[in-house]
Amino acid sequence: MGNRLSGPLDDPAQDAGYPGGHPPRMGFFTDTSVCIGCKACEVACKEWNSVPEDGIDLLGLSYDNTGELSANTWRHVAFVEQKVSAPAVDIGMPTIGAPKQTDDQSGDRDGVRWLMSSDVCKHCTHAACLDVCPTGSLFRTEFGTVVVQDDICNGCGYCVPACPYGVIGKREGDGRAWKCTLCYDRIGDGLQPACATACPTESIQYGPLDELRERADRRLEELHEKGVEQARLYGRDPDDGVGGDGAFFLLLDEPEVYGLPPDPVVTTRDLPAMWKRAAVAAASVAAGVAWAFLGRS
Amino acid sequence: MPGLGTSFGRGGATTFQQDLQNADCIVIQGSNMAECHPVGFQWVMEAKRRGAKIIHVDPRFTRTSAVADVHVPLRAGSDIVFLGALVNHVLQNELDFREYVVAYTNASAILRDDYADPEDLDGLFSGFDKDNRTYDHTTWAYEDAEAAAAAGDRQDHPGDDHPGDHGGEQHGETARSESYGSGGATMRAKPHHDPTLQHPRCVYQVLKRHFARYTPELVQDVCGVPPELFAEVADAVTRNSGRERTTAFCYAVGWTQHTVGAQYIRTASILQSLLGNIGRPGGGILALRGHASIQGSTDIPTLFNILPGYIPMPHAEKHLDLDRFVAEDSGKTGFWGNMRAYTVSLLKAYWGEHATATNDYCFDYLPRITGNHGTYDTVMRQIKGECKGYFVVGENPAVGSANAKMQRLGMANLDWLVVRDFQLIESATFWKDGPEIETGELTTEEIATEVFFLPAAAHTEKDGSFTNTQRLLQWHHKAVEPPGEARSELWFYYHLGKIIREKLAGSTDVRDRPLLDLAWDYGEEGPLAEPSADLVLAEINGSGPDGPLSSYTELKDDGSTSSGCWIYCGVRAEGVNQAARRKPGKEQTWVAPEWGWAWPANRRILYNRASADPDGNPWSERKRYVWWDAEEEKWTGADVPDFEPTKRPDYEPPVDARAQDGIGGAEPFIMQTDGRAWLFAPAGLADGPMPTHYEPFESPVDNALYGQRENPTREAYDRPDNRYNPAGSDVFPFVFTTYRLTEHHTAGGMSRTLPYLSELQPEFFCEVSPALAEQRGLEHMGWATIVSARTAIEARVLVTERMKPLRVRGRIIHQVGLPYHWGPNGLSTGDAANELLSVVLDPNVHIQEAKAATCDIRPGRRPRGPGLLTFMDDYRRRAGVPEEGP
Amino acid sequence: MGARQWFLGWPVVRQATGPDKLGRGAAVQSQRSAALTPRTSTADKVVKSVCPYCAVGCGQQVFVKDGEVTQIEGDPNSPISRGRLCPKGSASKQLVTSPSRISEVLYRRPHGTDWERLPLDKAMDMIADRVIKTRREVWQDTNDDGCTLRRTMGIASLGGATLDNEENYLMKKLYTALGAVQIENQARI
Repeated sequence: MGNRLSGPLDDPAQDAGYPGGHPPRMGFFTDTSVCIGCKACEVACKEWNSVPEDGIDLLGLSYDNTGELSANTWRHVAFVEQKVSAPAVDIGMPTIGAPKQTDDQSGDRDGVRWLMSSDVCKHCTHAACLDVCPTGSLFRTEFGTVVVQDDICNGCGYCVPACPYGVIGKREGDGRAWKCTLCYDRIGDGLQPACATACPTESIQYGPLDELRERADRRLEELHEKGVEQARLYGRDPDDGVGGDGAFFLLLDEPEVYGLPPDPVVTTRDLPAMWKRAAVAAASVAAGVAWAFLGRS
Repeated sequence: MPGLGTSFGRGGATTFQQDLQNADCIVIQGSNMAECHPVGFQWVMEAKRRGAKIIHVDPRFTRTSAVADVHVPLRAGSDIVFLGALVNHVLQNELDFREYVVAYTNASAILRDDYADPEDLDGLFSGFDKDNRTYDHTTWAYEDAEAAAAAGDRQDHPGDDHPGDHGGEQHGETARSESYGSGGATMRAKPHHDPTLQHPRCVYQVLKRHFARYTPELVQDVCGVPPELFAEVADAVTRNSGRERTTAFCYAVGWTQHTVGAQYIRTASILQSLLGNIGRPGGGILALRGHASIQGSTDIPTLFNILPGYIPMPHAEKHLDLDRFVAEDSGKTGFWGNMRAYTVSLLKAYWGEHATATNDYCFDYLPRITGNHGTYDTVMRQIKGECKGYFVVGENPAVGSANAKMQRLGMANLDWLVVRDFQLIESATFWKDGPEIETGELTTEEIATEVFFLPAAAHTEKDGSFTNTQRLLQWHHKAVEPPGEARSELWFYYHLGKIIREKLAGSTDVRDRPLLDLAWDYGEEGPLAEPSADLVLAEINGSGPDGPLSSYTELKDDGSTSSGCWIYCGVRAEGVNQAARRKPGKEQTWVAPEWGWAWPANRRILYNRASADPDGNPWSERKRYVWWDAEEEKWTGADVPDFEPTKRPDYEPPVDARAQDGIGGAEPFIMQTDGRAWLFAPAGLADGPMPTHYEPFESPVDNALYGQRENPTREAYDRPDNRYNPAGSDVFPFVFTTYRLTEHHTAGGMSRTLPYLSELQPEFFCEVSPALAEQRGLEHMGWATIVSARTAIEARVLVTERMKPLRVRGRIIHQVGLPYHWGPNGLSTGDAANELLSVVLDPNVHIQEAKAATCDIRPGRRPRGPGLLTFMDDYRRRAGVPEEGP
Repeated sequence: MGARQWFLGWPVVRQATGPDKLGRGAAVQSQRSAALTPRTSTADKVVKSVCPYCAVGCGQQVFVKDGEVTQIEGDPNSPISRGRLCPKGSASKQLVTSPSRISEVLYRRPHGTDWERLPLDKAMDMIADRVIKTRREVWQDTNDDGCTLRRTMGIASLGGATLDNEENYLMKKLYTALGAVQIENQARI
């Protein structure tokens, strides 16, 4: 199979040149239906990866004072407060009629639903950030994940607009691009990523992507059986615009509600100039890395 | 936790967190568990995954509500009505677990004929002394039980100069309440029983009459909860209780921090007892506590009214010597009947070879209490100039205690203050930058307090044990040396004691004998001369002639054994630190008995004898836990039986039996004198044998049930520095409640200085409903000023649908939410919500009413400098609150 | 590393000769990336601990390198927490290694306007003197009825719920011997 830039792809690591015995593709399944919005993932990530504090500002976005993923925020918990078919218009008056007997949609009789979801880099099957990186700093690991190599990144910033999710960013004062590494160092040693290790309710699950997809499918079925009709998987589908995500989600509403693009497309998919760009990239890798090697020796 | 202690015999959580996974229904009330105990909450989510129904009853829609199946918004301060209506629902519909109730509770006990109920006395129980606002408990006793006299004896010790408004007469009883941490209240005789529960004066019938007016309609009127929502909860908890199913309750300070707090827990205890949910897997009442070792600091207390193991501090008027000290309890049935052995062993641990039979084991070395010497009483003494020296260790009262200004005024009037912490918390810097400096009420140069700030060692820098919320001791090992001059509290107190003893070495003053005779040898290890925490634990565990003890049953009253805390005896069984056991959870049963060590005797579910029927067989296969093995002639099961291992289920105690011999084979509550769970508490509580609804001290409405509006025995201190909002005041029409967030810890000393936590909740805010925002002109992300008779604070505004106005007593009540983590120091800053709270206390445990009070809220920032004082003068004048004193 | 291997290690050569023709994976992995090891595996020791925040009692593992705490994370063996931590527990390393943590004794003299430094042993000695003095001056042998009090109401203490059992034990024991009874902790807040 040749190198692919869009569409379904069984084994991105193999596509990126890793030999047959490489580990299975690893990823995250974030089940937002059990997220309690504690933000342990945000802190555990920062502690492990020494990610700087990202501004001590009240944002007024419910309990979200992080705002978005960035160079200094690799996990971000979104809080969405929704008014849902409020049963009573008159404030404080008792609800008319019998209560709904379903166990779904927590708290909807309050007229309120509070959704929480921990967002992270999607580790796309077709990662535009990596495709446009001219230095070879962004690369696909043997686990199929996408990682910035901070010893190579020169801060060109091409990756930043390329990401269809707005995940990656440049760090002020440092200039380089940073994002979730899926704890490349930890998983290489058989550990879980820091966020998944900490998550109190197993909202963030880490594992071989195939297993996670099966688990997610079962969970979705279970929720649908319980009447949670709005539950859906996001980033699960290998046929989507990025060939499926290495980090995918179970959501309880439209993706836009959580600040996620409804139909992300790898920004490099339709570019006929792709190969040319790759050639340029390859050349700069050669030059850049040669420089690095020579500079070192 | 006298609510649990008087109900079941021990004050600790009756179950453990992992057991929540076995529940068929979980009611979380008075707790925001997902936010405040997120990792413990995994067991709630586990239960939910297995199909349990999760109910959250709370004034606010929180992160707990977000994942619960049902959220019940109710008005802060109305929980007894809600829980009482559940009790009534069970009784009226006879949904109680009758076999359990008859055998294991005091439902069948016959009460005296002169007991009178609040239903008869418009909100008062019989025996109320109006002048002193205390109860004589005589009429609450069982018929023909001498308990009446005993309970009466314990009341009415003349208090000393209690600065409150009712002279502190009641302290003899109230201080004892906390001592029910491990051992129920005194009863000298067992009651007469009517197992048919038909006798008009049996507890069951009295209970039924008492709660008869707690209807769904009352719930709607007082709590603001619609009847169908109440019905759903009532249906869930009753359908999920009985032989085959169990319901668990979780609570935290949302129940305790009220002027009727102990009775909130009592109401839940009654309900859970009626439903047969105590002592059984997936049942119980889980008290969720907020500090790493708050259970431990009650078991081995840094509290004024108890000694280690819930032995009371002796009272001056009453406990003239050891015999009289133990007399009240020695004759008792139940394990507390061995109190002399526990006390003598403690005195031996304190004073070693100096404690002998001839000198009453140095009983006379113990200082005496005479009244309420709790923290708020102490602060008033500091303001009076009577208390001159103060140690503040790992606590931050300048922003963390109710009426924070009072705390700072107290500290500003000391001779000396020692603060031990990691960071420069507000309690260390009040003399420099406290709010009173800004208003001009104090100036730095005039504050004479000498302040020592000593840096403290962190948990990674010392050996020691924490006791968690489920009574489990876990040892943490030292990883690194503390930085610079940081030291552990163990080091500080050991060396302080050593230096003081050296300085007094030649003293002939008798008052110095307790210091000089003190057993004070814990080794000195390493370059810092750190005392050995393991040696301290060994002293706590205790030893006898043959070395380390393994159980409190080995303790003797003849001076041959010593134990620094009898309920912890066994933590170093065989000389091995059992608290340091770390057998992986996956290599054990789900009970994990080899992880750490739980008091008492490593039991994880208390009263687990009740998981079997009176004959000793499991109530059901599904809820099998501990049972009688007839072949082996012993109790066995998943846990350490909370019962004498070979006492047969059919054991009938002889008439004159004492201590544990007086507990029958089918009486699971072995710390109670009658072996039963108390639906009606004939002794042990200051404010009534059964819970009854009183409004919070500051409430916008009257009491729907009685003329008696608030708890008649509450401890109030109406003085210029602690003015109260008048009840029903138009100037303070809103209810506010204080609480925690996941991202911070308590008063912020361990979180507001950390960038990773501060960025998650960067400043103080208040939460209001869109309706209140509109009514008062508050803007989302704008500023609000929140006012009480104490002072005014400012907060950023979050307008949210999660805050619900409720219709109560025919009017709309708005609630304001105030997380209380903040103060001026650190990275994440803001005014302290505790500035707004008054000091008004529960009479049982002297806890402040922090969860329900009244306020005003208005847009904009508060006045700064002296302007704040004129602003407050105006508010007080308008509200008719007496002016500040001269 | 020989010259040939060195040359073959060049990314562009790896890209040209290996299967990663686009230079997006194996070919561009830097030596540092290839050699990455988590600091959990290079720690000198792993110490078993317990989270210091709330009373859930989560197990912690403290990783130490060269006498410094390099990582604190959940202990998967704990049957209570199963390796998980909340944001506060996850911030424990920042708690114990915080640059704003105070590691020197500070002293504010009466009426003073700023902190001063004071050696620890000197501070201990001064505090002991003050305890002895206040205890002497504010002492009650008996009450008006002649009943024993044997106490000082001049000294009080607050705190204990964040401390170890062993520390609470020594505190209560020493205070009791001193006759200080106004001993309190967070149980009432």
